[in-house]
Amino acid sequence: MSEPAIRIDHLHVRFDEYYVLQDIHAEIQEESFVAIVGPNGAGKSTLLRTLLGLVIPTEGNVTIFGKEPRNVPADRIGYVPQIKTMDRSFPAQSIELVLTGLNRRWPWTKSKEDYEKALAALEKVGAAHLAKRALSKLSGGELQRVCLARSIVRQPRLVMLDEPATGIDAVGEADMYRDLELYRREAKATVVMITHDWHVAMHHADRVLLINQKQISFDAPSVALSEENLRRAFGHIGHEHGLLSLVKSNG
Amino acid sequence: MGEILSLPFMQRALLGGILVGILASYYGVFIVQRGLSFLGSGLAHAAFGGVALGLLLGAEPLWVAAIFTIVVALGIAWVRLRTNLGGDTTIGIFFAVSMALGIVFLFMRKEYTNDAFAYLFGSILSVTERDLWMTAIVCVLSLFSWPLWKRWSYATFDRELAQSDRLPVVRDDYYLSILIAITVVAAIKVVGIVLIAAFLVIPAATARLMSPTFRLMTILSVLTGVVSAVCGLFLSYYLDVPSGATIILLQAALFVSAMILKTLFRHKA
Repeated sequence: MSEPAIRIDHLHVRFDEYYVLQDIHAEIQEESFVAIVGPNGAGKSTLLRTLLGLVIPTEGNVTIFGKEPRNVPADRIGYVPQIKTMDRSFPAQSIELVLTGLNRRWPWTKSKEDYEKALAALEKVGAAHLAKRALSKLSGGELQRVCLARSIVRQPRLVMLDEPATGIDAVGEADMYRDLELYRREAKATVVMITHDWHVAMHHADRVLLINQKQISFDAPSVALSEENLRRAFGHIGHEHGLLSLVKSNG
Repeated sequence: MGEILSLPFMQRALLGGILVGILASYYGVFIVQRGLSFLGSGLAHAAFGGVALGLLLGAEPLWVAAIFTIVVALGIAWVRLRTNLGGDTTIGIFFAVSMALGIVFLFMRKEYTNDAFAYLFGSILSVTERDLWMTAIVCVLSLFSWPLWKRWSYATFDRELAQSDRLPVVRDDYYLSILIAITVVAAIKVVGIVLIAAFLVIPAATARLMSPTFRLMTILSVLTGVVSAVCGLFLSYYLDVPSGATIILLQAALFVSAMILKTLFRHKA
């Protein structure tokens, strides 16, 4: 069997005296689409930040394509951050943000070649017409598409997304997942996505990792999501009117 | 005009004004866009502590102030990184402690402190060759650091995104803090400790109003800084008013003009 895209082994992350993640184990195979779901404060974002190399594990190991996250060439990973944390007052055009994905620097000048690559990435997500538009003038859905273009412009083998549907409407969300899926198939890329949205996890991912109380409490193909499994994963029925009813409504 | 420019003190003042105009307005874009406008005030007051220490030790005040201000700038950056205190809180603590130290140093000197007040309000016409050397050193350092504009800008836009792209954001921040600290000290003679913060903020804020891109913001900020320094210097000479204050008032006039222009264009659009 080939080396998994991501291997997480006995991972613990502690901030001061407080454990945010405890004893996480997982392997994510190449070309798969994995959704990491869980309630607020479960440790989802910390796990993603660990995979990006922004958080150093307190114990255990994380490898991406067989290397420690900080040692993986940056062009092999595309990252789509939460747009709600972005500084949209920053004076910039969309194409400049896409160019950061290509050169890992804010552009002072744009070479013709780079400009065309960035424009092609915007075209792929149906946002070429936004190239010269100021970030402050983009809607949530438009900014999310620009961020997706930024992450795929370098043709990464792994795309990581942090709550990509936050702050965008249903149409923008559907467009974004369609473009992401197209890229995944075309580039044979692996996708890891943080979301609190069970609809999204069930409909787009082929595997779901549920993090609850700092640990993975459910790890199975998304088709295996059921009321009983969720009840086991959460260890209580406090979510009955929320998550479980959602699962029921989705059959 | 030719006659004024033939005066050595005026030549030094003009050169000092232009260099400080370039430096302060260049670093100002990062200060303004990162929401750290208070940093200019904090470092200026740290420089006061350094000047007072220099006067107490009988050493060249600006060189002592440079070291003192760098230490404070690194301290501010370090505390901001290590704690979850807001930037304004951290700067406020260092600001007050530096001022307190400055007052104690001046008290310990037990001499007339008129020269300390000259640093507070600036005296561009008393810029010496040695002062120009310090400014020139910062200019050379900044020139060599020019490629960092792209990294500083990226981290200014989104720190975590830049870190995820393997940029050494923390190291870059410390280096930026050092350069801003020396720029503040270099600007003391030109505008004075009391007004340095304005020199770091107003040109960049003016440029921000007119710029759709960060690159244009940087260019316009530097132009605003240089034009206001040169015009302010000549204006102060002819009107016989303090040069530092004249430069800042001119910058404020440019800011108001930019606001009016922006409002007019918005209504027409």
